[in-house]
Amino acid sequence: MTQSVSTPEPVRTVRKVRKPSLGDRLAEQIPRLVVSPTLLIAVVFIYGFMLWTLVLSFSNSRILPSYGFIGLQNYERLFGNERWTVAITNLAIYGVLFVVICLAIGLLLAILLDQKIRAEGFLRTVYLYPMALSFIVTGTVWKWLLNPTVGIQRFVRELGFEDFRFDWLVNSDMSIYTIVIAAVWQSSGFVMALFLAGLRGVDDSIIKAAQIDGASRITIYTRIIIPSLRPVFFSAIIMLSHIAIKSFDLALALTGGGPGFSSDLPAIFMYQFSFTRGQMGVGAASAIIMLMGVMAILIPYLYSELRVKKDDR
Amino acid sequence: MKFRKSLLGAAIAGTLASSSMAGEVEVLHWWTSGGEAAAIAVLRDMVEDEGHTWTDFSVAGGAGENAMTVLRARAVSGNPPASAQIKGLEIQEWGDLGFLASLDSVAAADGWDDFLPEEVASVMKYDGQYVAVPVNVHRVNWMWANPEVLESAGVSAPTTLDELWEVADQLQAAGYTPIAHGGQAWQDATTFENFVLATGGPELFSRAFVDHDEDALTSDAMKEAFTHLRRITDYIDEGAPGRDWDQATAMVIRGEAGIQFMGDWAKGEFTAAGLTAGEDYLCVAFPGTDGMFTHNVDSLAMFTQRDSANQEAQATMASLVLSTEFQETFNQNKGSIPVRLDHDMSTFDECAQASMDTFVATSQAGEGLVPSMAHGMSTTSSVQGAIYDVVTAFFNSTSMTEDQAVSRLASAVRAAQ
Amino acid sequence: MTVKHSERRYSEVTGRAVLYAILIIVAIYYLIPLAIMISTSFRDMNDIRFGHLIDLPSSLSLEAWRMAWSEVQIGARRQLGLRPYFINSLLITIPAVTISVIVGALNGYVLSFWRFKGSNIFFALLLFGCFLPFQAILLPQATVLGKIGLSGTIPGLILTHVVYGVAFTTLFYRNYYVSLPGELVKAAQLDGAGFWRIFWRIILPLSTPITVVAVIWQFTQIWNDFLFGVAFSSPRSQPVTVGLNNMVNSSTGEVRYNVDMAGAIIAALPTLAVYIIAGKYFVRGLTAGSVKG
Repeated sequence: MTQSVSTPEPVRTVRKVRKPSLGDRLAEQIPRLVVSPTLLIAVVFIYGFMLWTLVLSFSNSRILPSYGFIGLQNYERLFGNERWTVAITNLAIYGVLFVVICLAIGLLLAILLDQKIRAEGFLRTVYLYPMALSFIVTGTVWKWLLNPTVGIQRFVRELGFEDFRFDWLVNSDMSIYTIVIAAVWQSSGFVMALFLAGLRGVDDSIIKAAQIDGASRITIYTRIIIPSLRPVFFSAIIMLSHIAIKSFDLALALTGGGPGFSSDLPAIFMYQFSFTRGQMGVGAASAIIMLMGVMAILIPYLYSELRVKKDDR
Repeated sequence: MKFRKSLLGAAIAGTLASSSMAGEVEVLHWWTSGGEAAAIAVLRDMVEDEGHTWTDFSVAGGAGENAMTVLRARAVSGNPPASAQIKGLEIQEWGDLGFLASLDSVAAADGWDDFLPEEVASVMKYDGQYVAVPVNVHRVNWMWANPEVLESAGVSAPTTLDELWEVADQLQAAGYTPIAHGGQAWQDATTFENFVLATGGPELFSRAFVDHDEDALTSDAMKEAFTHLRRITDYIDEGAPGRDWDQATAMVIRGEAGIQFMGDWAKGEFTAAGLTAGEDYLCVAFPGTDGMFTHNVDSLAMFTQRDSANQEAQATMASLVLSTEFQETFNQNKGSIPVRLDHDMSTFDECAQASMDTFVATSQAGEGLVPSMAHGMSTTSSVQGAIYDVVTAFFNSTSMTEDQAVSRLASAVRAAQ
Repeated sequence: MTVKHSERRYSEVTGRAVLYAILIIVAIYYLIPLAIMISTSFRDMNDIRFGHLIDLPSSLSLEAWRMAWSEVQIGARRQLGLRPYFINSLLITIPAVTISVIVGALNGYVLSFWRFKGSNIFFALLLFGCFLPFQAILLPQATVLGKIGLSGTIPGLILTHVVYGVAFTTLFYRNYYVSLPGELVKAAQLDGAGFWRIFWRIILPLSTPITVVAVIWQFTQIWNDFLFGVAFSSPRSQPVTVGLNNMVNSSTGEVRYNVDMAGAIIAALPTLAVYIIAGKYFVRGLTAGSVKG
């Protein structure tokens, strides 16, 4: 097909009866060839390593991988450990809140910024910048802000509100929510950027048509624009869940998993057991359980998303 | 500059021994900032003066948590560094895996057995051979106090546990935060092991934390230590959970708090603030542990090298680490004391001298010198982690009883072995 | 008529005022931590130790910034400060971002316009790559890098970042392209354009907003990555996050918050620059206009 622009008509008719040439067949294969390196990557670096982790989770690995089979012992140890239960409960609370709040704030900011705002460039950078800072240090700043004797509580009390309390950081029941606060601060700006890019891709003519029909601005957003952002929601949800599951340096810098281990997360658990506590088998088992949890949520979601797309086409 | 220096070094080394070749020594460590970085840079200079190349592989984070991750990654990729900062029982684990190189020829030539305390030497040996070289000794069972605060509350530094609680009450009555504490798992565990040493003595401490003896772990002294640990919560401020140790030290420096329980590295903060030991701040043994010494020894383990020049560089470094000159400057910078029992302490400050006296006395008497559990000297990292979890859970819980704590401690230790 | 008109303008003006008020209040919330960092970086360490942790500087000292950039002793390295780490980060990040974005764009193009049997399944399988806990793949990846001779090298780190970044860039591009009208490509095919020509002439010019997003994401992820940077580097290839971590996270050394804060801001400057430059391309109508044409 590529050459047909410059080739004369007769050749084209001849080709119809001839078997497809090598070049043509190659051209047909181009799409597959283009994605094949990625396929290779996925097979080796994603699925190969998953399999390896699965094998380790049944092994007696301690400070380094080893391959003595010990059955389900690592899983028994994992679920016998109170910390693990705390960690996965925390991930559920934190993951849901983080994803929902980031989506809400990100979408709201994107819509507000899309109203032909002056200094849009400046505001956009302000919302986005927290993601640029390494959490190794911003964790320290949040720790100060949230610490009752140093940060917000002290400040408000000094203003004269003596009874003001904001001690989530040092409260075992509330510490996980401080991680949500800092994580939303860090990531919601990127969700804003994602939605803003999506909004900028929405076809103007549809909006104009709706305006002529007399639809209010709110209706235009809720009925036309936001539904058309469905693929953006998809990207944002995948990206946010990725961040939530891997939240590690954030929690470590902010609460260190404390007080006690009340704000522990699976990623911290996995890292510590695999690398600093010499129980690599238990670490691998925790990775497998995490992956299974992710799949249980992700497969139905992907199924619905990808099927809808197919119907659209 | 650098070129000339290494050339000069090579020339010196060449004249010293004809067999000597310029090798490279790659050192993985987590002495990355402040006084400790300055301290290890001294070793780099000494190694380079011998004509070898020092490749500095520093990775901070946790108590070496990230460095240990990197070490594993390097080991499985087939090129471990020449030397790595590995502590306590972990040396045995790496020995079991066959990674470590013997230092016996250096040790014999320099007579390590003559000046290293038996307790420390045994940690450095795998299968009877030296595989690691000790760098320094930290004393963990210290208490730091602000003398002005104590004075204004009309008390003096407590030396027994009973006195500790009296003093704490007085400090509280005088409007101070009695105890500056950082509520992180390792700080909780450090305080806890101090109480165990005070209530059970060195013998019970070793049975519990070295031998993991079940009777010791569930003993009355252990329960008593938990009781004391909980009592701490009445005397700390509400901002304690998650606080870094240096912030707790700063509270003592500022005179907001009276005392802090911390190892001798806390001295670094006092020194950086321009304060003098014995005058502006006091160092006293943790109440009830006078004459006892909980040690935390940093060490560099040596990994087997294929290249003979690198082996030589490795041996040279090991020898230099225990040289008087390095021991002197390194420990002055880091706040710890030299690991050589024969070291002249005259240039050290009051706290370091007191520390050394106790170190020498306890190691010569053969009792009172115990390895720190909280700092990975007495147990494998998995058992240490299990103890941390129980201790910090107890400290942050209001409902767990001492009986529950000791039984959970015993079962967690059993499960982690 | 005129009354109604002015009423409407009045409500519009209040509407705009509320809009700006919200945006500015949110901006302040976002800026507080940065303000604390900047203020701390100008303070003297004894000020911090003897005073409050959070406070305004009593004098403006640039000392901490100079220290962080080129004077502070990190580990026992000869070269001081964050500067040497910085160069490594650039050498890692720029190629890794470029490659992963190009591969992602092509993958997204294929998965949206050149579907083949099983392309959706391929996409779904790739997406699981986004959820692999990175802590779990450190050791197998180290083994692989050792086997192919890239252990501890900058190319090894680039490879790692590309491998684990492609899932994201593919996701971004694919989800952006599926919302473009399919007729675009069909019309071009009828005109006789092939795979590459359609990509260059039609798809790529429409891709600016999503490329901005993909570059922002990849640059941030790779520049700020610590786990891969620490596990797969050697002393000569450590990125800036490792340098920063080494400077900040001392176990028993005294702490210098002013230097830490200055260092963190310095380490973030390239990413901020990318945000500001990339932000210029967030222009409305780029896609809509071309689609019509």
